[in-house]
This record gives sequence, C-alpha cells and structure tokens, in this order.
Amino acid sequence: MTDIQTSRRSFLKTGAAATGGLLMAVNLPGTLGQAMAAGTVSTPNAWVHIADDNTITILSAHSEMGQGVHTSMPMLVAEELNVDLSQIKVVDAPPGAAYVNALLGAQITGGSTSVRGSWEKLRVAGAQVREMLVSAAAAEWNVDRAQIKADKGMLTGPNGKKATYGAMAAAASKLPVPEKPAIKDPKDFRIVGKRTKRVDTPAKTNGTAQFGIDVKLPGMVYATITQCPVIGGKVKSFDGAQAKAMPGVQAVVQVSDGVAVVADSWWRAKKAAEKLSIQWDEGAVATISDASMLEGNRAAAKSGKVIPIIAPKGDVANAIKGAAKVLEAEYISPMQSHSPLEPMNFTAHVQGNKALLIGPTQFQQGAQGAVAGALGLKPEDVTLQTTFLGGGFGRRLELDFVVQAAEISKAVGKPVKLVWTREEDMTHDYYRPMGVNHLKAGLDASGMPVGVHFKVTSQSVTQRAFGLPKETLDPFMAEASVTGYNVPNTQHDLVIHDTGFRVGYWRAVSHSMNAFANESFVDEMAKAAGQDPYAYRMKMLEGKPRYANVLKLAAEKAGWGKPVAKGRARGIALMEGYDSYMAQVAEVSLNKDGSVKVHKVTVAADVGHMVNPDTVEAQLQSSIIFGMGAVLKHQITMANGRVQETNYNTYEPVRMYEAPQIDIVLVKSTEKPGGIGEPGTAVAAPAIANAVAALTGKRVRRLPLTADAIRQA
Amino acid sequence: MSVNFQVNGKPAKANAETDTPLLWVLRDELGMTGTKFGCGAALCGACTVHVNGEAVRSCQTPLSTVSGKKVATVEGLSKNNTHPLQVAWIKHDVPQCGYCQSGQLMSAAALLAKNNNPSDADIDNAMSGNICRCGTYPRIRAAIKDAAASMRKA
Repeated sequence: MTDIQTSRRSFLKTGAAATGGLLMAVNLPGTLGQAMAAGTVSTPNAWVHIADDNTITILSAHSEMGQGVHTSMPMLVAEELNVDLSQIKVVDAPPGAAYVNALLGAQITGGSTSVRGSWEKLRVAGAQVREMLVSAAAAEWNVDRAQIKADKGMLTGPNGKKATYGAMAAAASKLPVPEKPAIKDPKDFRIVGKRTKRVDTPAKTNGTAQFGIDVKLPGMVYATITQCPVIGGKVKSFDGAQAKAMPGVQAVVQVSDGVAVVADSWWRAKKAAEKLSIQWDEGAVATISDASMLEGNRAAAKSGKVIPIIAPKGDVANAIKGAAKVLEAEYISPMQSHSPLEPMNFTAHVQGNKALLIGPTQFQQGAQGAVAGALGLKPEDVTLQTTFLGGGFGRRLELDFVVQAAEISKAVGKPVKLVWTREEDMTHDYYRPMGVNHLKAGLDASGMPVGVHFKVTSQSVTQRAFGLPKETLDPFMAEASVTGYNVPNTQHDLVIHDTGFRVGYWRAVSHSMNAFANESFVDEMAKAAGQDPYAYRMKMLEGKPRYANVLKLAAEKAGWGKPVAKGRARGIALMEGYDSYMAQVAEVSLNKDGSVKVHKVTVAADVGHMVNPDTVEAQLQSSIIFGMGAVLKHQITMANGRVQETNYNTYEPVRMYEAPQIDIVLVKSTEKPGGIGEPGTAVAAPAIANAVAALTGKRVRRLPLTADAIRQA
Repeated sequence: MSVNFQVNGKPAKANAETDTPLLWVLRDELGMTGTKFGCGAALCGACTVHVNGEAVRSCQTPLSTVSGKKVATVEGLSKNNTHPLQVAWIKHDVPQCGYCQSGQLMSAAALLAKNNNPSDADIDNAMSGNICRCGTYPRIRAAIKDAAASMRKA
C-alpha cells in the first residue's frame, strides 16, 4: 500500500471520527470560508465532504478571482458524484499537499491551469466517493453493487431500498478508496460542457459576497502601510509622534517594508499616516528609469548571454543571408501594473506561536510559508482562509501584503486588517517586465519566409519569485515565441536582463510581449510580400489544423476580405497559448483626437473540452478588454526609481464607452482542455496593432498604441 | 457629535469625524461592506451609492454632507435579488470577480430611475465612471437593457 493510499484512508477516518460522517466545515458561497479541520491531507477525497444531513460540500483548490472556478471545479466533481450543482456548497480549500496544482508544483491559482489541472483529477475524486457510497450501501443492504444507483444525492437499490448520500457517508468513509474508479465517457456528461450559471453570482449582486477587505474579526483593528517610494527601499528612521497623536490611533509600528499606522477605523489610520515623517534608505533602484531600463535591455540584446528557447531548425543565418528580401524589427512592450480593483489587503491574528490569516490570495501555501518564515512559526501553526479575490491577474500570487499584516498583528497583539491605499497598490506592484523583441526574417522571391530569427530580451520573474538559477531558460519568458507557422529555418533566443526592478507575473505573462512581436511581424512580412495578412498566414499553416481552423473561423465571422465601413480597418492575429488556439480580428478607426477606437473584436477559440462554455465566453470578453487597456492606454513608467502612475487617472483601464462589441466563435472540440483566462489578452495586442497599421499605413512597434505613438510612427 | 441620516429607508447615526467619507462610515461603522473601496479618488466608481436618489462616489462624500439625507446602497436594492437589475445581472451572469459590481449596480439603478429606455450612448454616459478590471462591460450593457425592458413592462 502506498503512502498516498494510507493517507487517503486516514484522512477519511479522521474526518469521520471528528464529525460522525464525512462532514467538515460547511459554508455557503459568499460567506467566509472556515478552514477545514484537516490541514494537510493527500487524498483526492479531500475534495468532497458529505454531512449526515446530506449537505454536500465540494472544496475548490483554486481561488475565485472572477474566472469562475467556484463553479467549474465543482462541476467536475458533481458530474461523477451524480449530484446537481444546486445540491452542493463550495468552499475554498485550506493550504495542503492534496491541493497542489500539479501543473505548477504548488497550490497556486494562475497560469490558466485550473481546468487543465483538474479535468481528470476532480472527476476521479467525484467517482471515488460515488463508488464508496455505492459499496457502503451494497454492504448494508446485502445486495450486489451493480443493483445500486447513485443519483442526485440518493442511493437506490432493489426492493425500494433508499438512502441519502449523507446516511451512507460514515460507512463509506471506512472503505478503501478505489484507485481507478470508472469515470464517464464525455458523451455521457450531464453537467460538464453545459452552460451553467455561476454559483457565486447571487452573492455578488446584493453586496453579501465576502472579499478580503470585508473581513471582520472580534476586537479587530485597522492598519495602513507606508512603503518607500522606491520599491525595496528601507526605513532609515521615522517620527510617528504626530501620527500617534491623531484620533483613534493605537500604534505606529515599523515592519519589514515600511511603517504601519494602526487605528480603530481604517480612515483614521489613513489620515494619521499622512502625518508620518519617514527617512528612507532608497537603495539601488533609486537611480533607474524606464528609459534606462530600455537602454539596458537593448544593450543586453546585443551582448548578453543567449539562451536557446528550443533547438534551432535548419540554418537561419544562412537562409536569411541568401534571401531575396530581409526584414528586421524591434518591438517594445512596456511595464504594466495588475491593479485589481480590490486593493491589496489581508487580515491576520497572531497569538503566541499561532497565526490566523484571512484574505485574498492566489497562493495559499506560499502565504502560509512566508508568514511562518517571517514570524518564526511552524507552517502547520499558520491557518489560512481564502476569501473571494477582487481581481488577481497575478498580483495576488505575491505575499508581501500577507506578511505585512502578520507582522503588524504580532506587533500590536490584536487581529489586524491591513488595507493598502490605491496609491500604495499602484506604486508597489510586482510589474510586468518590459520586453524587447527583435525579429529578423528572410523572404524568398515569392515573399514567403525562408528563415525567421526570434529574440526576446526581458527580465525573469521566475528568478525572483522561485529562485530559478541565472542564465537558464525561464519558460515563462518564452511563451508564444514559437509559432505554428511552417518556416524552414528558425531560431528562438532568450536574453535575460535584470533591470533591478521588481517584476511579477501579469495576465498572459510573456505571451503578451511575444505574441505582439511575432504577429505584428507576420503582418510586416505579408506587407513586404504584397499579400493579404490572412491568406499569407494560411499559406504557412499546412498540417496545422487547429491553428488554421480558428484563423478561418475568425476571418469568416469578421467578414475578412469584405468591405469595411469608411474610416475603419481590420487586423488579424493568431496564437496558441495554454493549450488553447485563438484568432482575433479587430476592427478599428481613429477618434478625432487621433486615439484608436476599437469597434469590434471577433474571436475564434479552440480550447478543447469546455467545462462551462459561458465562462469560456466571459473569459474571452474579459481577457480581450483587459488586454486592450495595455495595448491602447496604460503603461508603468519610472523616474528616479519611482513609479509615476499612482491611480486610475494616470493608469486608466478600459471603460464602458471604450469596450468593443465582442463576437465569439467557440470550436466544439474533444481535445484536452486548454486554459482560457489569459490567452485573449495576448492576442488582442497584435490584432489591434495590425488593424491600426492597415488603417494608417503606420506600424507602431512600441506599446501603448496611443495617438502620439501613431503620429510619431 | 453624531450625524443622522437614512440608509436604505432606515434611520442611521454615525459618530465618525464629520469629514470622514461616507464610504468608510458605511463599511467600518455601520458594517455595510457591500459598498467597496477601489481608488479613494472618485476614479473607479466601486463606492457608488445614492444620496437623495443621485449616484455619488461615497469615497468623496464627507459624512457631514449627508446629514438628514437619504442614502441608498447595494444592500437596499433588495436582499433577495429581486430588483430588476439584480435579476438581469444573474440572468446574464455579469459578475466575474464581482468587486466592482455593487458600484455598477448603483450607477445602473440611478440611470434606470430616470430613463427606463436608455440608448447605448446613455449607458456609456452613466456607466463610464465605473471601472471593471475584469471587463464585464458587454454583459453589464446587455443586463441594463434587459432590466430596462422588464421595468417598462412592469
């Protein structure tokens, strides 16, 4: 017997002993999730808890940050457990080995992995519990298992035998966990693949949904933090006397990242923080600007160590040398902030050698471990409960604000809710790194590429976040670098340049810069060849049916090749990312002030098996609009190590009046599921840039694509 | 010194300093956390409430200015999701992360109270002060039109 089996059993037995069934904590969606009593278990049946009263709770290892996992994850379990979604409750899983995301090696919500990583795992988990319930009923009724049906929370057998799942849960928990339960053929799915209402919507339309910022504990106090205007700078000295004298202020405490003011209300803490006088040791970052970072990247692109992304195909240098025409271009993607609408916050209560943490995180084990490390506690003594996330986009993978809350609570000996101001949030992000892409191609006499050389120079998030050794390939910098196009000679290189600035994973990560460069460049090649960008792409997609199919579907739906309204033009782009294939056609015009108006985006996506098609559509709408902001409007700039954008006026996301019509074509597919939270963000950039180039004849190679950028192109 | 006003039809009293933004009075003193903090500068609309029927950004509304007035928050639309906008929001599964949606609903409610047949331009005007980082705008637009249609029938 393996350790896993042993622990599966011991978990179920622990659960049964503690509660008289498979009962664990039960919570409504939208209420604060009580941490599960069993902290670290390694069993798939950590996913299902059944109470005596037939209350069925399904745990989500993935945080709900808008992408619909509190619906899609339970759908997978419920499909095999044979219960309706209306019969179950969803809670967030605690930190635990059972909940590790196998695709990322840690309990992380990110990388568009939730459905990809859970597709089989959660169906098996549901089937295991179903089979155990059936076995328990078979033993109790002394009948053959085959005579028993498990459906909608009821077990039925011969001669009118009937029992709820809840009534059999205790007996089922004593049975061995079947290793390979039968799971359904997808054609028999009743839940998975059907348009399904999100379970979290009602709580999000009447103000009852609990986000981190809404947490309240008895005796809780409120805190703000002031951090060095230069990220990474440290407190040299500070005078908190004036702040301390303000109404309601209980304490002014120095923590690792700055100075916190603690008061009996958040507003009083914020007002008092304005009275702080802090001298900073600004550190090395104080000398850098976005201009110096660009120079650094460009210098590194010329002389830095080249890391091959994949083995070269053919001999690209020779192919380009002998080509009829040579094209070369540099593309620049600026830094971006995540700026989720809920500012960074966390609630902590540190008591002796134990800590309770409640709040919005994409990285449960990381939060637990970071706080344990910072406070010298054992990880198992750090309890963490996840709330709804008011947006994530990668920002809530980071742990800074969680540790800060714990440090402040320890200092004042009370439960503390730390809430950042928007200004702290925007100026102390872990930003999408700047990316500089160099593309070079040789075209033959017919205009088709004989060789393409791709090089991306940027900063490694993975080095910072997970200690990836220097000068090794960071796969999160190389996404979407290799395209689906058939080109006889190709080479793909990465240069890692550390600007010294703090970087993080931003929605679509390196897909965004690499797809912008690759797909802009294909359009440039098509133009040099005097060919239609759609037809040009199609010529290079022989034997690539999934690419070709979405390209064709998007083009057809968008009316590619048909006349477009006066003053408008279309642009097209194609990408595979997160195992999903996607093409977008953007239709644009120019506003009177010269800025770009996106009228319509048509997207065709082949994401393999879908769990909830309505969520797939929602994520396409979301990712495209999120991407549009970074394409057209906002960027993070820096002077003297200080981020210059401080709020939504200087870093302004897309608003209602700018949101385009989005037409969606979904491919029916039985391929393995792909991720859908992110790829749309990456494809939006080149689709729009190509449309603007088609409209104006000007190629903007540096984002954002503002009126000024077009004028200067 | 306390300030008296109404919240969702019921009398309310707040003891915070009178320059405290209504947002923080609602959230921290009255425990009504449906109204959200996003930017603190009237840029994002997450804190939108109604004061005497007008949509305002509560993060920029000092407590002193609501004395004797009627404040309405998302909790007052209806607790059981029966307001036409809530019905439409659920029908279209509008929210994603959901953080901005209280503000979106309150801006939409103010719009429909004055105009039960809004054009796209009317919706743009009324809703462009509310940021949604998840990009739920297409569904918000559809849901507002749906709610308006049901209000016209009622």
